[in-house]
Amino acid sequence: MSPMIRNPLLFAVMAAMLAAVGFGQSWQVALTILNLCLISAVMALGLNMQWGYAGLFNVGVMGFAAVGGLATVLVTKAPVVDAWAAGGWRLGISFVLLLATAAVVVVVRRWLGPGPIRSLVTAALVIAGYFLIRVFFDPATEAIEAVNSAKTGYLGGLGLPVLLSWIVGGVLAAGVAWFIGKVALGLRSDYFAIATLGISEIVIAILKNEDWLARGVKNVTGLKRPVPYEINLQADAWFADFAAWFGASVIEASSIFVKLCYAALFLAVLLIVVALSERALKSPWGRMMRAIRDNEDAAEAMGKDVKRRHLQIFIIGSAVIGIAGAMLVTLDGQFTPGTYQPLRFTFLIWIMVIIGGSGNNWGSVLGGFLVWFVWIEAEPAGLWLMDVITSGFDDASPLRAHLLNAAPHMRLVIMGVILLLVMRFSPRGLIPEVMRR
Amino acid sequence: MSFLIGENMTGGYGAADILHGCTIAVELGEIVVIVGPNGAGKSTAMKAVFGMIDLREGSVRLDGDEITKLSPQERVRRGMGFVPQTSNIFTSMTVRENLEMGAYLRDDDFSDTMAQIFDLFPILKEKSRQIAGELSGGQRQQVAVARALMMQPRVLMLDEPTAGVSPIVMDELFDRIIEIRDSGIAVLLVEQNAAQALAIADRGYVLVNGENRFSDSGQALLEDAEVRRSFLGG
Amino acid sequence: MTDFLDAIVLLTNYVLVPGVAYGSQLALGALGVTLIYGILRFANFAHGDMMAFGTMVVILITWWFQSIGFSIAPLPVALVALPIGIAAAIVMSLGTDRLVYRFYRRRRSPSVIYILTSIGVMFVMNGIVRFIIGPDDQRFSDGARFIIKAREFKQATGLHEGLAIKLSQGITVLVTLIVVVALFRFLHKSRTGKAMRAYSDNEDLALLSGVSPERVVFVAWVIAAALAAIAGTLYGLDKSFKPFTYFQLLLPIFASAIVGGIGNPLGAVVGGFIIAFSEMTITYAYKKFLRYLLPDSWAPDSLVQFLTTDYKFAISFIILVVVLLVRPTGIFRGRT
Repeated sequence: MSPMIRNPLLFAVMAAMLAAVGFGQSWQVALTILNLCLISAVMALGLNMQWGYAGLFNVGVMGFAAVGGLATVLVTKAPVVDAWAAGGWRLGISFVLLLATAAVVVVVRRWLGPGPIRSLVTAALVIAGYFLIRVFFDPATEAIEAVNSAKTGYLGGLGLPVLLSWIVGGVLAAGVAWFIGKVALGLRSDYFAIATLGISEIVIAILKNEDWLARGVKNVTGLKRPVPYEINLQADAWFADFAAWFGASVIEASSIFVKLCYAALFLAVLLIVVALSERALKSPWGRMMRAIRDNEDAAEAMGKDVKRRHLQIFIIGSAVIGIAGAMLVTLDGQFTPGTYQPLRFTFLIWIMVIIGGSGNNWGSVLGGFLVWFVWIEAEPAGLWLMDVITSGFDDASPLRAHLLNAAPHMRLVIMGVILLLVMRFSPRGLIPEVMRR
Repeated sequence: MSFLIGENMTGGYGAADILHGCTIAVELGEIVVIVGPNGAGKSTAMKAVFGMIDLREGSVRLDGDEITKLSPQERVRRGMGFVPQTSNIFTSMTVRENLEMGAYLRDDDFSDTMAQIFDLFPILKEKSRQIAGELSGGQRQQVAVARALMMQPRVLMLDEPTAGVSPIVMDELFDRIIEIRDSGIAVLLVEQNAAQALAIADRGYVLVNGENRFSDSGQALLEDAEVRRSFLGG
Repeated sequence: MTDFLDAIVLLTNYVLVPGVAYGSQLALGALGVTLIYGILRFANFAHGDMMAFGTMVVILITWWFQSIGFSIAPLPVALVALPIGIAAAIVMSLGTDRLVYRFYRRRRSPSVIYILTSIGVMFVMNGIVRFIIGPDDQRFSDGARFIIKAREFKQATGLHEGLAIKLSQGITVLVTLIVVVALFRFLHKSRTGKAMRAYSDNEDLALLSGVSPERVVFVAWVIAAALAAIAGTLYGLDKSFKPFTYFQLLLPIFASAIVGGIGNPLGAVVGGFIIAFSEMTITYAYKKFLRYLLPDSWAPDSLVQFLTTDYKFAISFIILVVVLLVRPTGIFRGRT
């Protein structure tokens, strides 16, 4: 089958599966899945840029998604004035000291030649700067976290519209990526993978423990929405008419309407990202990226600045992941650092890219949809399967209880098996990369 | 009927042939040198004899037996020793362990062989407990040759053993190779240092574009005006 | 003088003893990672979950022993269950090699393909473990708790500070010592062990010497799986078992292997202790320690802690990055 027929067909099958959930389970569930499919697709596109275009083994997707999510808090929440008053100036000083330490280290390192003395002096300066910063930083955070700690206990945000946070999420993730890329991009691919895995764990550790920033594991709830609230819709006369015309209850209609609004926003972002990536991939820049991926040495010999290009694509891809992370937190309406788990936020995205077809944007979109769909639907499917298997058992049987209880974990096995099968039998994925000249 | 002969060999890596009907033969107790310009297929010819390259045409025979289809490991079992040009020792293992690995396929007691090899390369005995990667370039080459000799091969094949070593070390190494020849082993050598190699060779082949261009005794090749002009730099 | 001794005991109790135990556990884990890296040449992301799998089997057997009243008190009965856990881990890893990795080995696939497949294996094993034993914390230690109790130590020495050594810590160190010595004897004295080192050092030359790659790979999986089951069980006895914690151990374990020089067994052991002690010394609060040593007027008010324990991953990571940037081959020149 030619790709011209095959690829739309694959998307049609995907749409049919979502529709089946709509008819079979409920449209609420179908739309919930669809919204997360859209977000997953954007994340997968970001990773695909790094891995598919440039061959960067980024196993830190979770970190960038979380940084993007943080942006939602920092942008939309109202500033906590008391907290700023309590610790703002000391926090400011520690920030200035951080910059000063960095500057001193850079200057001293330029001044001293390479050698053990330089390393020792650098280490000494970093440690001295660290303690100096903490003299201001510790009391600052303590004061901030003491301000109405049950409700705030953090600095709050800027109180700006939530859609802006998606852009800021991308920018923040890009900033983190710039820093990480500067340090880690020189490493070979397996070390780079381990390094990014480590950084993502550190990012989550920071978000969990720095309460002054976004309340840590106490979570930030009640984030602003870019779409209307169900309650308000239900109160509106025109919406009641609309629901009646539609033949649904007002409550159900409002919920579906809200989800559709989200879906429209996410779809818009997805289409913009796909359009830009497709253009980039076909441009001379995209050609150069692939040339670098396929033969780094040859590209370097031809005068391409491989490291710089890698940094560039690492930043862009991470920004896209950050945008998706902000979208996810917006959809949830809350920022919960404790829920970021590498299996879900890093490795699942990897499976999306690999199964979809690394190097192909449409493949990543399809992979994002399909994998998220299976990830969610594997749970009821596993439950159903266990129910069938154990149907002969006594209802009180502990084995039956255990199997039913543990069934949701089967989705990990299913995902792993799908990944292994695709890698073995269709290593280029469902929608393979188009080999251009 | 030569002891080891790769006859009319045609083949290469993948699609393009490097060898075009090239023939290499060596007798027991003889040093044969393959020389030629860069890219002439010297190393390829040796690897073809050793079975590291699939031949499209031609055959390899050892002591009258057809071995064209055998894997390199099988050929080692049959008494062919090969010293690759690079990465030819286990750098993280001691000299003694390198020799033990050379005898990995032997089930019998190989202490006699090791003693003989230590007689041939006294410096290795002295350094037998040292990590091979810490030795000098010349000593590493000795380890590489010694490793191949542990199987008591009847044919020893060396791919540019003197690449990157000093002239003194090269002479020393050639002396050892002559001793090995005198013990009755057939020695096949690929060399970049053509003049010096031909000087110790019983016979030589000059390869150009994967074909035999000249073959004669080492002395005759050295004296041949055209060979001198074209391949020995005057 | 007693102040000084108290300070030493304090540090021993909170840094040295737990550090040695944790370092042993990391060393065993890192040995498995480094061995697979040396022979199969990829960073095995499924190693943490292999540890969890082996430990899970040990726990299940232990529970069964406990239910029938079998005990080897004062030692934990898990030690009797350990061989079965090792066997299960070996079967599991040989099975994955047969079903998954062998295909790519025959094609001589690049290492990133192996890493991606190991991520698939990681999902499967993680799922199996959670399916069978659940995602929660499990305790399975029985027998005596302590070799030396803090109170007894105080009474015996008359110091203010107590020194406690848990039985699990003693077992960890002893078992590690035995395993490491046995492993190094195997690698350096036996024919197969030498073949493995040779294969790890120079694959082509090892093949030329007649080393059978399938056999070397087989032995590597057997040893790595056994080490994983042992390391996981010791860690679980010492702390507790939770599948996610074992996944997270991957980072310090990788860091240990790389810091020591990946592919180098000695480096893995040393790396394990470097990472463990760095974590311990950097996350320890020195307030009390300094109170003993400094005059009262100098005594610090703050905790004097470089980083809270929440950031212990950061320590493995920072050491890892610094080593990779300063000396990419690791301390003991591993593979490049």
